[in-house]
Amino acid sequence: MGLEIHLSAFSNLQPGNSETKSSRLLSISDLSIVYGSGGGDVYAVDRANLDIESDKFVTIVGESGCGKSTVALAIIGLLAAPPARIQSGRIEYKSVDLLSLVENERRKYRGTEIAMIFQEPLTSLNPVYKVGDQIAEAIVVREERKHNPNRVVRSEIMQKAYDTRVTSFPSRIQMPRRNLSSLFRDEILDALKIVRIPDPDQVIDRYPFELSGGMVQRVMIAMALAQKPALLIADEPTTALDVTTQAQVLKLMKVLMDEVNTSVILITHDLAVASQVADRVIVMYAGDLVEDAEVYDLFSEPLHPYSKGLLSCIPSGSKDNVKLNPIPGTVPDLTTLIPGCKYAARCPYVMEICRKKRPTLTEVKPKHRVACFLYGT
Amino acid sequence: MVLELRTTHSEQEVILETRNISKFYPIRRTFNPFQRGPSKYVRAVDNVSIKVPKGKTVAIVGESGCGKTTLAKVIALLVPPTSGDVIFEGESITNGKIDRKSIYREIQMVFQDPDSSLDPRLEVRDSIAEPCKRLLGGSENEIQSTVTRSLQVVGLSERHARRVPAHLSGGQKQRVAIARAISPRPKLIILDEPTSALDTSVQAQILNLLLDLQRDYNLTYLIITHNISVAEYLSDILVVMYAGNVVEYGLSNSVIPKPRHPYTIALISSAPIPNPWKRNLLNAEIRGEVPSAINPPSGCKFHPRCPYAEKLCSEQSPELCEIGPGHFVSCHFAEKTAE
Repeated sequence: MGLEIHLSAFSNLQPGNSETKSSRLLSISDLSIVYGSGGGDVYAVDRANLDIESDKFVTIVGESGCGKSTVALAIIGLLAAPPARIQSGRIEYKSVDLLSLVENERRKYRGTEIAMIFQEPLTSLNPVYKVGDQIAEAIVVREERKHNPNRVVRSEIMQKAYDTRVTSFPSRIQMPRRNLSSLFRDEILDALKIVRIPDPDQVIDRYPFELSGGMVQRVMIAMALAQKPALLIADEPTTALDVTTQAQVLKLMKVLMDEVNTSVILITHDLAVASQVADRVIVMYAGDLVEDAEVYDLFSEPLHPYSKGLLSCIPSGSKDNVKLNPIPGTVPDLTTLIPGCKYAARCPYVMEICRKKRPTLTEVKPKHRVACFLYGT
Repeated sequence: MVLELRTTHSEQEVILETRNISKFYPIRRTFNPFQRGPSKYVRAVDNVSIKVPKGKTVAIVGESGCGKTTLAKVIALLVPPTSGDVIFEGESITNGKIDRKSIYREIQMVFQDPDSSLDPRLEVRDSIAEPCKRLLGGSENEIQSTVTRSLQVVGLSERHARRVPAHLSGGQKQRVAIARAISPRPKLIILDEPTSALDTSVQAQILNLLLDLQRDYNLTYLIITHNISVAEYLSDILVVMYAGNVVEYGLSNSVIPKPRHPYTIALISSAPIPNPWKRNLLNAEIRGEVPSAINPPSGCKFHPRCPYAEKLCSEQSPELCEIGPGHFVSCHFAEKTAE
């Protein structure tokens, strides 16, 4: 697989081939998001422009507070507003502007078209329902949307789901314990098998706390994929996991992406993880997209000074023969709008213009965009 | 086993040694005293012997639940060991006869999460002054100058001294925690995941700070981490733990390029490296998960996940054997992994 990607990276160098062959799935233009807070507004995402093609594994890399999760939440429509405010911009999914939709319309995309996996797997599952029931819920929603998009009457499937309620012993206290997993047992078993969970017929009747972190994250992936989404957003899915489990989960995501034809946007703070799985890497800094390149281009020739700095911060080798070059200074305060380049204060190549004018993300090489005055713009 | 380990660093002065340390935590299943079954234990650390040479850095790596933090707590005298001895500069410090304050003066610890290890209501300078007051004594002026110097060496200025932790960034908080640890001028610092709560660029700053401090003050470090590349960068000696046991032990520059225990091999190949041409992560072959510490598997604790496991592995637990100069592995089939 690695070889194929490598070859395609070469073919991109040929003139006239920089036009995308695969179709555009998601297109973000001029997106600005602000969090209102007592101490003034925080400019979390600043005029972001981004296209995502189908069948790609894209990672968004950046340090905490750079706005990468905010972009992800805006795409799926889970931004808490207030405090968040989308100031400007469009998010087009299959040529529909998601931001202009009313909530009822928007909901139809959530889960069925765009699904999401979160960082803390245990907090994203409901602790009082069995794993099987929670996956069944995703399937019920999918079927309901497929057969009864306008939800005029209660559909057959919802009636069935309702009928599975079990009333427990003191009948005065109505404890609606659903037993949804009995409805779709085979499909749930398949979903669990797809994510390589051992003994799926036992796991189906377990509660989330009875499973390990890696297993719960697999269940989350199974739930997300049960709706057969075209786009899967994974927000730091392996940060809470151990390295061996992280390797298993990332490998699984990479394999599944090919099996079920889903595009993935992986949000991570770890450039090493990005280099291992991504086709394309987007680097964010302080709310700006600063670089956007194919993974091989970014790691062989990073253009933006921040990407360069970030790469030289990763320890590889021993202290005896490698010296780390940390980026001096700290991330700027985002409560004030910085007129120039946000990295200027820490940049070793800073020029006069950097402090005055904001660089825009421009394609300087085929499929390699960077926001830096060193490369013209 | 202890004797074997002693020969490894015979030429160097050993500052700290653990001899067959075990720490079992009892679990009580019921509150009814008449219904108590046989006692069960979480075997957090099981018979661990390591040596820390003076002025060097020893890294303990392993996944969550392997007992690395418990081992650190035992060494720092924060929890008493169930059995075994911790020897610091030739004297046992776990026999209860020694003055704990004198040990705390020599051994200091930096914890993983500076948010919970710094008092949110104390100004930074008071946090740093506390160990000086309690352990060193001295006049107000002396303490004040120690605090100022400690802040200086970790790269913080006078204006940070009067802030509370909530007004500092994550990296600055970890710098304060390091300043507090070095203020009583210890010989050994235990760093429990010192950078795992930090961003990559801040992590690099802290790692370089640690190296500078070690050089300037001739410190010895014991670093607990799950991050192989951090361990590789900082350490001279690497200790790999799995389910409470040391499975591999040796000089970092021989263990990391040529790991011999199947678990170390899996651990190193699962650690992502920033190189898209070498996608080790996607080739990493590791099954299953870390076993329960209450009922660990019989024999070698890694055998249910091990690709090389044979019948012997489930019956007999392997001893740490020297397979190269200063390189110890606890595996029945260490010769199989050589290729």
